[in-house]
Formats: sequence, structure tokens, C-alpha cells
Amino acid sequence: MHGFAVEFNTAFTLILNGDPELWAIVLLSLKVSVFAVLISALIGMPVGAALAVARFPGRRVLIILMNALMGFPPVVVGLLVYLMLSRSGPLGVLELLYTPTAMIIAQVVLVTPIVAALTRQVVEMLAEEYSEQLRSLGVSRLASVPVLLWDARLALVTALLAGFGRAIAEVGAVIIVGGNINHVTRVMTTTIALETSKGNLALALALGAILIGIAIAVNAMVSTLSLRAEREGLRHA
Amino acid sequence: MRDLVSEMARRITVNGLQIARNGTALLDVPHLTLSGPGPTLILGPNGAGKSLLLRCLHGLIAPDKGYVEQDGVPLNADHKARQAMVFQQPVLLRRSVAANLDFVLKRQGLQRVARKTRIADLLAQGGLDGKARQAARSLSGGEAQRLAILRALALDPDTLFLDEPTSALDPGATQVIERMILRASEGGVRIVMVTHDIGQARRLASDVVMMQGGHVVEHGDARQVLDDPKSDASRKYLAGGLVT
Ligand SMILES: Nc1ncnc2c1ncn2[C@@H]1O[C@H](COP(=O)(O)OP(=O)(O)O)[C@@H](O)[C@H]1O
Ligand SMILES: [Mg+2]
Repeated sequence: MHGFAVEFNTAFTLILNGDPELWAIVLLSLKVSVFAVLISALIGMPVGAALAVARFPGRRVLIILMNALMGFPPVVVGLLVYLMLSRSGPLGVLELLYTPTAMIIAQVVLVTPIVAALTRQVVEMLAEEYSEQLRSLGVSRLASVPVLLWDARLALVTALLAGFGRAIAEVGAVIIVGGNINHVTRVMTTTIALETSKGNLALALALGAILIGIAIAVNAMVSTLSLRAEREGLRHA
Repeated sequence: MRDLVSEMARRITVNGLQIARNGTALLDVPHLTLSGPGPTLILGPNGAGKSLLLRCLHGLIAPDKGYVEQDGVPLNADHKARQAMVFQQPVLLRRSVAANLDFVLKRQGLQRVARKTRIADLLAQGGLDGKARQAARSLSGGEAQRLAILRALALDPDTLFLDEPTSALDPGATQVIERMILRASEGGVRIVMVTHDIGQARRLASDVVMMQGGHVVEHGDARQVLDDPKSDASRKYLAGGLVT
């Protein structure tokens, strides 16, 4: 038994030599998750802001639903998106199953509730604080939304980073709807799962190291933002 | 003649104002006329209803009964657009000092260049030059309140309401704020200000509205109310006793 020294060695060689297969997988992961987060932002922020500012019957139920969606098991999200996209499903004609688009859709379903819920929370707190002052300045409820979103910007970026962290590290949903097809839908997490089970530890380790690096980078950005928020008095609580 | 018109335009009248919550009357002001030119100081102990009255005058709260008039007509959007209010806790946007001023100037429809000039003027006026790019929420208490007042003045209001703007400040910072308020008053802005500080009323007021338990117990010329109060409640409050 030589331990895993050889595998570690090969893993770092793969990373440092810019192994094309490895970096293709990393790139696809980043593409899928960045797209998913951007789409989630476009849906989640307006929905969250609307829930924070508007008053209508059923609002509380929607908020509870959204919070529940936040903790939805990814595998189940994958299953549901699979059913939607499969040949006999309602969106089957689009033939999206086992494409990167399908993975983006699954991640959007996972991330949007996070973005919407956090947006709702922070915008509602700000709205409470600003309400009288904005009304005194003659700002209508509708016109207050962009003001609130802008003033919540640091918290919103943090929410997006949290969403990205969840998307890029997630395996259950993307493996179901993506299928882990070589050169087409293999992302970091699904490749790690597959290669480990095949005993190809070097590639798995290399991807694992990169994934950890990304997670650390995301957390570092969150910490930097919250330090800045502290310094500039941008905290919301 | 013009003076007469502008004085008229600042006449604020309260008629049969009532606010109650859970069966208790919080505010009950049958009649009050603030004919200016001010500054008018609303004085009284905590819980007297000073903030409620001020919010009614500014149209932030709709009373259960009664109404507020300006220029002899019920308070309307035009009036409110020419009013501004400064709160006890300054509510500053999470932006730079300059951006807080720019926000209201932009809403006034001022062009970029005009806004820049006006911001520089205002900052100099409030002794905040050099702080333009600092995050507004990182200002000290006194600076923050100065910025809140500057932002209110940026609206070019004819009436400025202030709710205990110095209650959280030390004497030095209070003095700076009082000077700003007096200067605004001399510049023609009608000041209606809440305080629980008798000394502040002495320093600033031309007329004093004395409140207690949701009622206006006395209203008149500052010297008269402060030196020769007619009501028991006023006498007790001015003597430094707790009015309950
Ligand atoms: N939204 C509200 N609901 C119930 N009671 C209120 C509300 N706002 C103010 N009050 C009560 O009305 C009274 C007067 O309040 P306020 O005008 O804030 O007094 P102050 O003279 O100290 O400014 C207080 O007893 C306060 O508790
Ligand atoms: Mg008060």
C-alpha cells in the first residue's frame, strides 16, 4: 500500500499542467452555475422585493412557501425537473433533458427561493426603517422599490454568492437532469461522484481541490462584503 | 405684500384632531392655529403626543377625526411637497453623504451640474465639506443629523418639521444644529419643532405649544408661556417636576 500519494501527485499535475479535460469540466460548472444565479437574480429579486413592499391577501402564505422551498432537497428538485423535461413531460417537446440547459433549470429552481427569500427579508427591514422618511420625501411605494434594492445591494450580492455556493456544490439535481455525459454535461460534482466510484481518484481529487478553492473564494468575498458593510454602516438589522 | 402672502401660506390650523388606540385617546386637539412666522416649539414630557401631532401636521398620519389645514384648505399633496421633516433618529440612505443630498435634488428635477453646485453649497452650510464621499451611515450622531437637516433643506421647503432632532446629541453638537435651524428660520423657512428641552425652547422659540397627555394645554408667545405660564401643567413642567 503506497497510500494515496500517487493520486495526490497526479491530481496536482492535472491542475498545474492545465489538463484540457479537467478544465473543460470546471468551465462548464462555472458556466452553468453563473447562468443559473443570474437568472435566479432576475426572478428572485423582483419577487422578493414585491413580497416585501406589496400588501395583498395570501402574501404570508407565499412567504412561508418560499422559505420552505429554500430547504427543498436537491434530489427531489432534480426529480421534478426531470419529470417536467422528460419526453412524456409537459416540456418534453423542448428536448432539454441531459443538456446543460436542463442543469441550469434545476439550479435556478434551487437558487431562486434563496435569492427571493433573502431579498424579501432585507428589503422588508429596510422598508420599515425608511418608510416614514421616504413618504415625507414624497416617494411612492412603487418608486421606493429601486431605492430599497439599491440600498440593500451588499446584502443582495451576499445572497447571490450564497446561491452560487449552493449551485456549484450541488450534485443530486444536476446528475438526474444532466446525466453526467462525458464532454456534454459533466460538471465538477458529478464527475467527482463518478470517478471516485470508478477508482479514478486523481481526477476526483483535482476537481475536489478546485471546488474547495471556489468555496473558499466565495466565502472570502462574503466576509469582505460584510466587513465593508460593517464599516460603512450598511447593516440592516 | 409678498411677505403677507407667504405668511398666509404658512398658516397651519388644526381642527377637532383626535387619535385613539384601543379606546384610549392619544391625541385630542380641538383647535390650534400656528400663524408663524415661528419658530414654533412644541414642548412637553415624553408621551405627551408631540410626535403624533407633528406627524399629523406633516400628513404622515391620518387622524381618526378632524383635519389639518394650510392656507385655509385641507392639507394636500401640494402642501406636503413644500414641507420637509427631520426625525429624532436620522434616517440616512445607505449611500455616501453627497448621494443622500443628490437623491432629493434629482427628484426636484435638477440637472447634474446644478446638483453638484447645490450639494457643495449645502455641505459647506452644514460644515460637512470634505465628507461628501464618506458613507452617510458612518457619520457621527451630530453629523448625521446635520446631513438629515441639509437633505430636508435641499427640498426648499416652506415648512420644516423637526422631531427632537438633538435629543441624542451632546451640547456642542446641539448648538451647531440649533444654529442651522435659526439660520433656516431667518432664511424664511417656517420651523415647527418638537422638544422636551425647556432651554432649547427658550433659545429658539418665538411661540410655544405646551402639550400634556395628548392635549395642548397652552399656546402663546414664547416669553409668556415660558416665564408666565397660565396652566398648572405648564407650570409644573417648567418647574422641572415630572408631569404625569
Ligand atoms: N402607533 C401607535 N399605537 C399605539 N400607541 C401609540 C402609537 N404611537 C404613539 N402611541 C402612544 O401615543 C402617546 C404619545 O406618543 P408620542 O406622540 O410619540 O409622544 P411624545 O410626546 O413623546 O412624542 C404615547 O403614549 C405612545 O405610546
Ligand atoms: Mg416623540
